[in-house]
Amino acid sequence: MAKSIQQEFIKGLWDEIPPFRLVLGLCPVLGVTTTMENGIGMGIATTFVLVCSNILVSLLRNIIPSKVRIACFIIIIATFVTVVELLMQAFAYGLYGTLGIFIPLIVVNCIVLGRAEAFAFKNPLIPSLADGLGMGIGFTLSLGALGGVREILGTGSLFGNALFGSSFQPFTFMVEAPGAFVCLGIMLCLMNLIGNK
Amino acid sequence: MNELVKMVVVLTILSAFSGGLLAAVRNGTMERIEYQQLINDKGPAIKKILENASNNPMEDKFKIKDGKNDISFFVGIIDGKANILVFEGMGKGYGGALGLMVGVNIDEDKIIGVGVTTHKETPGIGSRAKTESGFTAQFAGFSINEECKVKDEDGKVDALSGATITSKGVCSAVTAAGDIYKRLKPQIIDKLKAFSK
Repeated sequence: MAKSIQQEFIKGLWDEIPPFRLVLGLCPVLGVTTTMENGIGMGIATTFVLVCSNILVSLLRNIIPSKVRIACFIIIIATFVTVVELLMQAFAYGLYGTLGIFIPLIVVNCIVLGRAEAFAFKNPLIPSLADGLGMGIGFTLSLGALGGVREILGTGSLFGNALFGSSFQPFTFMVEAPGAFVCLGIMLCLMNLIGNK
Repeated sequence: MNELVKMVVVLTILSAFSGGLLAAVRNGTMERIEYQQLINDKGPAIKKILENASNNPMEDKFKIKDGKNDISFFVGIIDGKANILVFEGMGKGYGGALGLMVGVNIDEDKIIGVGVTTHKETPGIGSRAKTESGFTAQFAGFSINEECKVKDEDGKVDALSGATITSKGVCSAVTAAGDIYKRLKPQIIDKLKAFSK
């Protein structure tokens, strides 16, 4: 049952959105979504790696021997993550500082390795590109949404701009790790409610 | 046998490609990253030490080769005299490398101020070396030619309470800066002539 290119792309945006449906890649979801800007920045970095690695794995899928495929995937993914890290250090130093160790951790983000193994290794170039792009954008949207909720409730601002007056009591629990878990859980619940109607 | 050869060849070529790409990206971004580190990490420390300078130390700078490294020196002109030099010494703190900008009056061989640039110290404890100006202020007036030690080791420096290792790290950075200064003083005097107007 082959899907069209658009369907490969769209599935990553809702039906198979990585953190909420596939429940993959939760570590950065909890770790970097303290603000919306951090969440989106992390999402874009991951999307770049995901798209590049999907493209390369798909192009090489007939050359990479099956027995060493995981080793090959890791080499490819780690290379692109290092490229992203260098580019961020050069052009987005502030974001590089706040994301810190989570940038190299993209290498072990289950989404990237998972899509390489489950999809890009078995499919031609254009569907793999669409899959990578869709999953990546879905991931970015999830991180942005979660970051937005946590930032608004936890600090009363969005993108650093205060939204409410000084009478607003920040719900600081939201910017801590337990708040992230609670927020993620509630969003998962809402998605299931909407999805199962 | 053939399978084994194919695996080795593919992995080798992939790794070679990865290495080549990373070397290229690193070379391409090296200058830009150095600029970013200068503005974000070193800049504030330099500006604080050279508060009273009439020039822009970020523009009035030169490099001298010390062994394998290039050391950047930032010139401060006070009262028309180009006799203040700011450069970085590296020490070993509690959590890792500790960078310290040291401002030296070359006419008197005296330290006029220091400022921590990069560090891996514990937030709230060792990180106070960067934030507490009371700690760094005590270094002003010390001779750059003297070995810098904490009071516990018969030195002159008051260590931060609860952060002895960090304080010793700062001292080792000052001593390292002093070593650089002694080694390169003739070349420094030479280069400074270009700045005396």
